[in-house]
Order: sequence, then structure tokens, then C-alpha cells
Amino acid sequence: MKYLHNIGVYFLMIKDMFRKPTKWSVMRTLILKDIDDLIINSLGIVAFISFFVGGVVAIQTSLNISNPLIPKYLVGFATRQSIILEFAPTFISIIMAGKVGSFITSSIGTMRVTEQIDALEVMGINSLNYLVFPKFIALSLYPFIISIAMFLGVLGGLAACVYGGYGTLEDYIEGIQTDFIPFHIIYAFIKTLVFAFLLATIPSFYGYFMKGGALEVGKASTTSFVWTSVVIILANYFLTSLLLG
Amino acid sequence: MIEVKDLHKSFGDAHILKGISTTFEKGKTNLIIGQSGSGKTVFLKCLLGLFEYEKGTIAYEGNIMSELTANEKRDLRAQIGMVFQGSALFDSMTIAENVMFPLRMFTKQSKSEMKDRVDFVLKRVNLPDAHKKMPSEASGGMQKRVAIARAIVNNPKYLFCDEPNSGLDPKTAIVIDNLIQEITDEYQITTVINSHDMNSVMEIGEKIIFLKDGYKEWEGSKDTIFKTDNDAVTNFVYSSNLFKKVRRMYIEENQ
Repeated sequence: MKYLHNIGVYFLMIKDMFRKPTKWSVMRTLILKDIDDLIINSLGIVAFISFFVGGVVAIQTSLNISNPLIPKYLVGFATRQSIILEFAPTFISIIMAGKVGSFITSSIGTMRVTEQIDALEVMGINSLNYLVFPKFIALSLYPFIISIAMFLGVLGGLAACVYGGYGTLEDYIEGIQTDFIPFHIIYAFIKTLVFAFLLATIPSFYGYFMKGGALEVGKASTTSFVWTSVVIILANYFLTSLLLG
Repeated sequence: MIEVKDLHKSFGDAHILKGISTTFEKGKTNLIIGQSGSGKTVFLKCLLGLFEYEKGTIAYEGNIMSELTANEKRDLRAQIGMVFQGSALFDSMTIAENVMFPLRMFTKQSKSEMKDRVDFVLKRVNLPDAHKKMPSEASGGMQKRVAIARAIVNNPKYLFCDEPNSGLDPKTAIVIDNLIQEITDEYQITTVINSHDMNSVMEIGEKIIFLKDGYKEWEGSKDTIFKTDNDAVTNFVYSSNLFKKVRRMYIEENQ
């Protein structure tokens, strides 16, 4: 029953997020700040992880191909498919659930504990619109991060393959061009947009409706990470069945 | 003026407010006192519209709050200033930005007009040079004064304070009490303070409401509270030996 109640409260929160909008001059500042906090500040870690995981995927693929009948370009092909279809959109989102999700939950949760949300409500401000809507808009730029993750993942694979001696540049380039289906990019970005929505709203829900003190802020951040990850994985399964199945 | 009639509020089976009726007059410092769990905070949050209530009415200048449209409620809230127990300053903003916040949200003033107003209220609360500090760099007393500045910057008609002296040393507590009373007199605001501090009761309690178990047990002023024979009030207010002595001396002097 508690889960059903929470799901209901979550959808009501989303409805209220669009109600009674905050003055545009104030909202613009909030959106720019959230773009900086959630998008720009995540670029470094996403770039680092993508580049090296791309490299690892290329090495693993190469080491597992021992049959001489399998073409050498498969390393590039497998790296591209893994990165574009799953690693960049889904696993970067799980990492972002930890980084951005915890940040959102703890910052909103601290505002709840220190009565800052009550202060907004007393002033007649729709606190959900003020706090959650800018995060939702900022995370609509999330596909930008995922594009970078895709590019750097494939580039990391190339670097590991060529400079690690697992294949030639020509084979790798041929691999990443083989059987390319443009819809896979569209599929990845559809997933990315859905995950962006989940990344903005689920951690906000756990921060906004938390009760207690500093200890509970920490607990709420952990719960938020767990549930954001679970919902992302479930959404990934259903979207994949729907779009590729 | 705020009029409250037969206010009832429950959380599940727990009946917290049991038919409270009172009035808070303009230009007066009204104190709500009572033991922990007596319903003070719930009462304050009902007055502010943060809690819905089951029965009774709260009327601001005759306008019953539960009958107001969303826009009218927003207009009413723009006339309310609130000082929270923990100050509730926005920790991502400087002190000047905190004070300017209600002006940015609710007025169409130019930047220079807003800056002038912020300068004025920060001077009024004796913090003329604190503009660029972050709340985390300010002491508890300074944070309370910034919270008062933010509460009055938009010329509110009503000022609510939840335990404004909690966590402050006695000297700073008196400064905050005097500041609230001066502002109330100066701007003829209807001020409602939720307090545990007996010094505040004796200093600034122009009207005092004592809550016990969700009922209004007693109503009076800082003068009549010395003379009351209500056991619940005397047990609460004069629980310390010091206050017992003060009361005895007061009664002896006035006999």
C-alpha cells in the first residue's frame, strides 16, 4: 500500500510542478544554475568513464575473438553497438543517478529539514515549481552528455584497440561503419530523454517529501539512488521491448 | 487584525487543536505560549495556511482564509512575513540576495530600487555591512536579524515568528525581542510570536495566549500574567525559582 501511495504522490508532485509558475526572471537564473550543477559539472566524470569503458569493451571483445573466421572489424562493430545501445544511455544514467540524483535529493532534503521549503510556501511560492521544474528543464540537455559519452566511448575503444595492439585503425573504422542503423541513435536518445525525466523527478521526490533531520537526508539520498536505478533499469527493459523488440 | 473562531485540527486520531478562538490585533505583539506538544506550532502553521484545518475560521481583516481564491491567497501571503525557528535562510544566496528575494518574486521594482530597500532594512536590523556574507558565515543572532529583514522587506501587514529566540544567548535574545517590538510599533504590523522564552513573555507580550492540550487555557497580557491565579499558567510561566521571586516581588510592590 505504501508503494502505491508513494506512486500516487509522485504523479501529483509532477502535476504540481507545472502549476503556478515562478516569475520568469527568477526561473531563468535557477535553470542556468541547474544546467551548471547538473550538466556542466557532470561532463568530466562522464568523459573519463566513457573513454576508459570504451577501451575496456574493445579489449574484452578482441581477447574473446579467437576464431580466425570472425572478421577483425568486429571489435569496432561490437564496441559501437555496446556503447550506443546500452553503455552510454543506460549505464551513464545509473552513474548519474548516483552523482546528480544524490545531489538533487540532498540539496532539496536539506532545504526541507532547514524549513527553507516552508519559507517558500509561506511566501506563496509554488515550491515544487521553484525547485523541481528548473532541474527538469536543465536535464532536458542530458542527451548532450550522452552524445559526448557515445563519441568518447567509441574513441576510447579505438585508442585501446590501435595503441594496445589488438587491431588496426582500418579494421576498427570499418567496424564502426558496418551495418550502422540510424534508428539505434534515435532509440538511444528516446531512452535518454526518459531517463533524464526520471533523474530529475525521482530524486526530487525523495528530497521534497523527506521527514526528519540530517541523518534522514543521507538515508533519502541512498533510497533515491536505489529507486532511480531500479526505475531506469525497468524503463530500459520496456523501452527496448517497445522500440527494438 | 486576525480573527480565529473555533479552530479544530487533527492528524489522524490525534485531535491537536480543540476549538481555539482569539484575535490578534494590529500594531500589537501577540505571544502564543505553552508546553511542548500543546499545539503552538500547529496553530501557527494553520494561521499561515501551511496546514488545512477541519473546523472553524481564520479571517484576515474579515476575509476568511478558507474562502479565498488561489490568487487572493497568493496576495494574502505576499503580505505575510515569517521568521522561522532556524531562520530558514536560503544557503545558496548571500545575505543581500536572501533579503532581496521577496522583492524579486513579488514586485516589479528596478534593481536599484530593490538594492536601496535591502540597504534600508539591513540597516534597520543593525547589519549595514553584511550584504556579501553567506548565511553560513553569520552567527545565530545575525541569521535571525537577516530573517527579520527578509520578513519585513516587502512591508508585510502580518509578521509571524516561530521561537525567534531559540538558540540565542540572553543578550542577543533581548535584542531580537526589542527589534520585533520596535518594528511592530513602527510599521503597525500584526505580530504573532510562538515562544518558550519567559523573558519575551515579560518584555514584549502585549497579548499572551496560553495553550494547553490543544485548548486556549488563558489569555491576557504581560501585566495580567503576574496576577493570574490560573494554576496551569503559573506552573508553566513561574516554573523557575527566579520567576517565582519576580512574581512575588511584583505582587508585593503592587499591593
